[in-house]
Order: sequence, then C-alpha cells, then structure tokens
Amino acid sequence: MIGTATVYGLCASGLVAIGLYGLVLHPTPLRKVIAFNLLGSGTFVLFGVAARRGGAAGFLADPVPQAMVITGIVVAFASTALAVALLLRLQETGASSIETTPPEQQDNGAS
Amino acid sequence: MTLLPDLALVLLILTAAVWTVAVRDRRDAVIGFIVVGLLLSLAWVRLNAVDVALTEAAIGGGATGLLLLRACARLVPRPAESVLPHPAMWILTGLLCSVIAAGLAAIVVMPVEPPATLAPEAAANMGELGLGNPVTVVLLAYRALDTLLEKVVLVLALIGVWTLTPEQFWGGAPASLRAQQSSGALRLLAQVLPPVGVVIGVYLVWNGADHPGGTFQGGTVLAAMWLLVMMADLREPPEIRLHTLRLLVILGPVVFLVAGFAGFWIANGFLSYPPAFAKPIIVIVEAALALSIAVILGMLVAGPAARAPR
Amino acid sequence: MILVDMFTMAAVGAGMFFFLAGTVGLLRFPDTLSRLHALTKADNLGFGFIVLGLLPQSPDVLSGLKLVVVWLLVQLAAATAGQLIAQFVGLERRRDPAA
Repeated sequence: MIGTATVYGLCASGLVAIGLYGLVLHPTPLRKVIAFNLLGSGTFVLFGVAARRGGAAGFLADPVPQAMVITGIVVAFASTALAVALLLRLQETGASSIETTPPEQQDNGAS
Repeated sequence: MTLLPDLALVLLILTAAVWTVAVRDRRDAVIGFIVVGLLLSLAWVRLNAVDVALTEAAIGGGATGLLLLRACARLVPRPAESVLPHPAMWILTGLLCSVIAAGLAAIVVMPVEPPATLAPEAAANMGELGLGNPVTVVLLAYRALDTLLEKVVLVLALIGVWTLTPEQFWGGAPASLRAQQSSGALRLLAQVLPPVGVVIGVYLVWNGADHPGGTFQGGTVLAAMWLLVMMADLREPPEIRLHTLRLLVILGPVVFLVAGFAGFWIANGFLSYPPAFAKPIIVIVEAALALSIAVILGMLVAGPAARAPR
Repeated sequence: MILVDMFTMAAVGAGMFFFLAGTVGLLRFPDTLSRLHALTKADNLGFGFIVLGLLPQSPDVLSGLKLVVVWLLVQLAAATAGQLIAQFVGLERRRDPAA
C-alpha cells in the first residue's frame, strides 16, 4: 500500500540524488551551491514525510520535525548567502574557481 | 486514484530538479531552482505542513532565488564553466547517486512501526501556553533552544558576509540592488505593495500563534518588501556601520536571551515561561525576532559593503 | 446549496480551461511577447474565475475577503512581472533589431 507520505518520500530520495550528482559533477561553484540547495530540499522533505507519518495527539503531522525544517530552511538560506558572498569576493581577488589555477591564468583573471 | 495529483506533482518536481542540474546556462539553473522551490511548497501542503510550505515559498523559492539571480548578474562567467569531467566520471557518480536514492527510498518504503513521533510531548506543552499552532509551540517553547541558536547562526552568517568587505569599503553601503534599466512598473509596485505587504507580514507573525504562519514567514515578507523598495531604486541599502541597523540585527536574539534568562527567576529554568504570562512573552519575543529576521535577510541578500562610507 | 456548488464547479472549470489554454499558448506561441500574452490571460481570467468560483464556498466574510485580496495581489504582481519581461524584450530588440 503506497500512501501520500511514501510518494513524497520517493520524491525526496530523487531530489537528494539529483542534488548530490550536480554537487559532485558541476565544475563551477555557483552551480554547486544550487545543487547543494536541491540536496538540502530533498533532506527537508524526508523530515516532512517523517512528520506526516508521526501525526498523533490530534495533529495531522508531528510538529517537531516541521519546526526543525523551518529552522533548517532559514539556516540553508544563510549559508547560501555566505557562499555567494565568498564567490563574489573570490572573483574580486582574482581566483575564480575552487581548483587551483596556474599563475599565468590567474593574471588574466585579475585583469 | 487519489494519489494521481501527488504523483503528477512529484513528477514535475523531479523534472524541474533534473533540468536545474542539467541545463547549460546558469541563470536557467537558478530559474529551475525557483520553480523547484515553489513546487515543493505545494508538496509541503500535501504533507499537512502549511507552516513549512509558507517558509519554503518565501525563503526557498523567493529569497534564495533573488540571491542567486543577483549572483548570476555579478559573477563573470569563466571559460572553466565549459570544462566537463570525463564521461566515466558521470556514469560512476550517477551510479553512486542512484545507490543513495535507492537506499533512502528503501527507508521510506519500509517505515518503522509504530511511527516515531514527538507530537504527544509537544501537545503536552500546548495546553499550558495558550497557543493554538503546534509548530509555533515547538519553535518557541518546547525546542526554543534550537530556535535561539538558529538566530545566532543567522547573525553569524551576516557577520561572515560583512567580514568579506574589502578594507577600503568597511562601514559603507552594500552594492545597489536596482535593476540596470529603471522601470516605472516596478517603481509603482514598490510604492503600492509595501503598505499591504507590511500588514501581511505583521498578520503572519501575529496569526502564527494559533494558525499557520509565524516569525520566519512574517519576517521574510517584511524583508521582501524592503528588498522590493531597494530594487525599484526608491531606497539604497543602508551603510553597515549604522548603529540602528546593528541594533536591529541583534534585537531578536537579545530579547530571546533575556526572556530565556528571566526564566530562571520567574519560571523553572532557562527558556521556560510562567504559564500565566507565556503568551505575552512569546508574542514579544516573536515580534523582536521577526524584525531582526527581516533586517538580517535583507542585508544577507544585499551582501558585503561595496562603497566607501560617506 | 446544489446551485451554489454547480456555480463553483462551472467557474473553477472555466478557470482551469483558461489556465490550460494559457499553458498551451506558452508552449506553442512563437515569440516572447505572444507567449507573455498567453500567460497573462491565463493569470487574469483563469485565476479570476477560480477565485470567483471559490467565493460562495468560503465559510465567512473574512475568508472571502482574503480570497479577493489574494486575487488582487496576484494581479498586481503578474502585471508588474509582465511589464518587466516586455520591457526586457524591448531592450533586446533595440540592441539587436534582427532578433
């Protein structure tokens, strides 16, 4: 018997996998940040599935995982903002990639 | 049959997620991510978590989307973006990710019986406090320490962003958020919408005590109104050396901490409230938090200072 | 009561029809401006009909008012977004008249 929670649980597993794939394979940092956020969203939905299944004491869903996810979404936003600020600062100082660039390329990047 | 809308929604979410990762242009990827965020908020409604749905739509789709779009506009594309890993790497990573997905799916399909739940504990807290929204009770009473620490994380993230300010600009204002092409329509929206939006933000905070909504959702709506005004070029971002700004940033955590320590004297310990005054204390803490969240989110999107202080 | 339900079904059905038509237009129309036209039609008429259909179902006056406010806000946001996209298209065309 497949319920609503299970369907969204499978969706969450897919999101985690897709996000992880992008995080590992994308060469540019900004795309990695986006993929990481997808991964995070998938994890949050897994919490949501646990919340929906844990509905008890007159609640449709367990409020504790829900509160944790709300906290998590805000923290994910804060870390994304920090990552974006770091990327912009990296660009200003000349290094454009996580990988080390050879010195002659670095000169081009800084110009 | 009743699962049909859910299956369609899940299919849409996964398609948008694949598109976000696979698409070549990074701005398309950001738009794909916003679409995923908005669709996910529908999924949260289906999971009976309306509070989370509001947060996801406001922060996951809206604020993060704006942040990433702005990053796209300011980051110069590099030739490195066309360098792709070896095909064998794709296949290997794809396989490993599929294994992880299969493992998570197995956990989902074979749930623990009976389902783990903390709902009765949260419910036990509700009766004493006189609040009707269980999620707010968990956030501000049952697990208040988590919420307090999360506010501290927000302040730390903002300090982290501000420390990236170049030396000569320290104390100045962040880069302007205005669009390259000024638009009459956007300006009109930024003049008409904020009064309504501020009322909605305050309503979400106030209403969050008993119904879906709360400090995060209301705070984000307030931040959105501020960002809209800055994007329409009606106001510039404030200089980060301003004392008022810095006070507003720490107001929420400080009020929360004071209420927490007061618990030693007026109740049973740190972050516990006397039943008679629980609701007013929580509402005051929530109001201060919402204000701080609005300011912090706005300044996080605006980024580090990019102009010398005047 | 049944009359009210029938009105809701008819109005929401009409709204869904406009959304469907708008989506088909969005996918099939050749250029940005006509796609935008299809999209705003779906927003205006489709969403308008759905709100109209849901109004008689709202339990009290306040809920009904909230629905109307949501409709107004969506109108405002959609109109501005439409303007901005159209403006961007105009900018691109001036820059590159061949496109």
